[in-house]
Amino acid sequence: MNIIIPIITMGIIGFGLALGLAFAYRKFKVEVDPRIEEIAAALPQANCGACGFAGCQALAEALVAGKAQTNACPVGGNEVAARVAAILGVEAAPVIKKVARLHCRGTHEAAPTKGKYLGINTCLAAHLIGGYKLCSYGCLHFGDCVRSCQFDAMRLAEDGLPIIDEEKCTACGKCVEACPRNLLELHPVEENILVFCRSKDRPAVARKVCRNACIACNICVRACPEAIIMEDNLAKIVDWKKIPEEKIPAIEKCPTGAIGRLKKEERKEIKPEQVETEISS
Amino acid sequence: MSLLVIFISAVLINNFVFYYFLGLCPYLGVSRRLGPSLSMGMAVTFVLSLTAVSSWMINHWVLIPNGLDYLQIVSFILVIAALVQLVEMFIRKVSPPLYQAMGIYLPLITTNCIIMGLALLAALRNYNFVETVVFGISAGLGFTLAIVLMAAIREQLDLADVPKPLQGAGIALITAGIIALAFMGFSGIIK
Repeated sequence: MNIIIPIITMGIIGFGLALGLAFAYRKFKVEVDPRIEEIAAALPQANCGACGFAGCQALAEALVAGKAQTNACPVGGNEVAARVAAILGVEAAPVIKKVARLHCRGTHEAAPTKGKYLGINTCLAAHLIGGYKLCSYGCLHFGDCVRSCQFDAMRLAEDGLPIIDEEKCTACGKCVEACPRNLLELHPVEENILVFCRSKDRPAVARKVCRNACIACNICVRACPEAIIMEDNLAKIVDWKKIPEEKIPAIEKCPTGAIGRLKKEERKEIKPEQVETEISS
Repeated sequence: MSLLVIFISAVLINNFVFYYFLGLCPYLGVSRRLGPSLSMGMAVTFVLSLTAVSSWMINHWVLIPNGLDYLQIVSFILVIAALVQLVEMFIRKVSPPLYQAMGIYLPLITTNCIIMGLALLAALRNYNFVETVVFGISAGLGFTLAIVLMAAIREQLDLADVPKPLQGAGIALITAGIIALAFMGFSGIIK
């Protein structure tokens, strides 16, 4: 007999709660647009946040609400944009493939150090104390960007600068955020000319702290004044589409090589832990 | 007076995290940043208060009259899980912003040992209804205090040079141990 009472009691409690939940489920049901789930499934599920939303689910909600463009996902490219557009029943906007590019050529060799750096081996920590290089704008070589890359598209080269694999780069922008000196920027793949420097130092200083710095000599500006300007001692490409092919040789006369085409060159890779901070000239 | 004693005891002296070592999973998992840890603390406080109320009712109205004290664990789990689910649905419908802030943490803590610990301790000590509710709220506040302290320390630790073998969980547990030691200093307040 003793076993009957507990069974009945627990049965009643369980049944009562189940009823309550079932009732509440009906009463408090939140209607969700079924397209949200479909779009979320079509997105890459990398949850990288490159679209500017909190994740793939959030982007799916924004897409259905009409707050985002079908090409908002830079990781998925045209393919995902087409699928999303199909679900939403709209025309797909074309995706311009972008990649991260480095605006610095201050290698170990080109940009000397102030002295030996003994702090924590991250760019962020080194940047907080003002860096250990004479150039206060250039790359710090610890590879915060390399560590931030979720897509295995970045490696640190032996010369200290990151190598970006443009095939693997999805323009998620994680490295752009990771770099404390803002040396990385997203550019369309077709953009074939770049300023490889972010130094705003006066020409005399820039020349001293890095061999590859922009020294504001204005050669490139004279070569193509309609697309290049000089701002704070630093050349700036205002609109790369306005630079005609035949003017590029004249622009590439840059005495320090701080502006020009991207060159493909083989560089030896190293691990971020192997960074040596005392290689100075 | 006894309510004050319960309050101070649950927040400082017999803190659930540092004294009973309950609720360590969310304590270590969500204590990386100050903001989320505060939300977690609030969610735990909420669920603990709810637990205190429901477990007292089920214990005193159903179990004890029928002489079924030995079913406490099972029935508490049942009632708490169902109730939190219910509240989650309710919040989702009524207040989406609150759901956004707290919703993801609620399912995480319903089955945590801190919840069970509170219900069983309150039953064991024969607290009356008001005492149980105060006990629940102060246990939650104690947890919030613990997790916010921890998050503040861990944010600083991120910038410190921690030896390789101790990075991550190692240093977090050492930190928790040291805070627990410090909290032992409160044990003289109430005789």
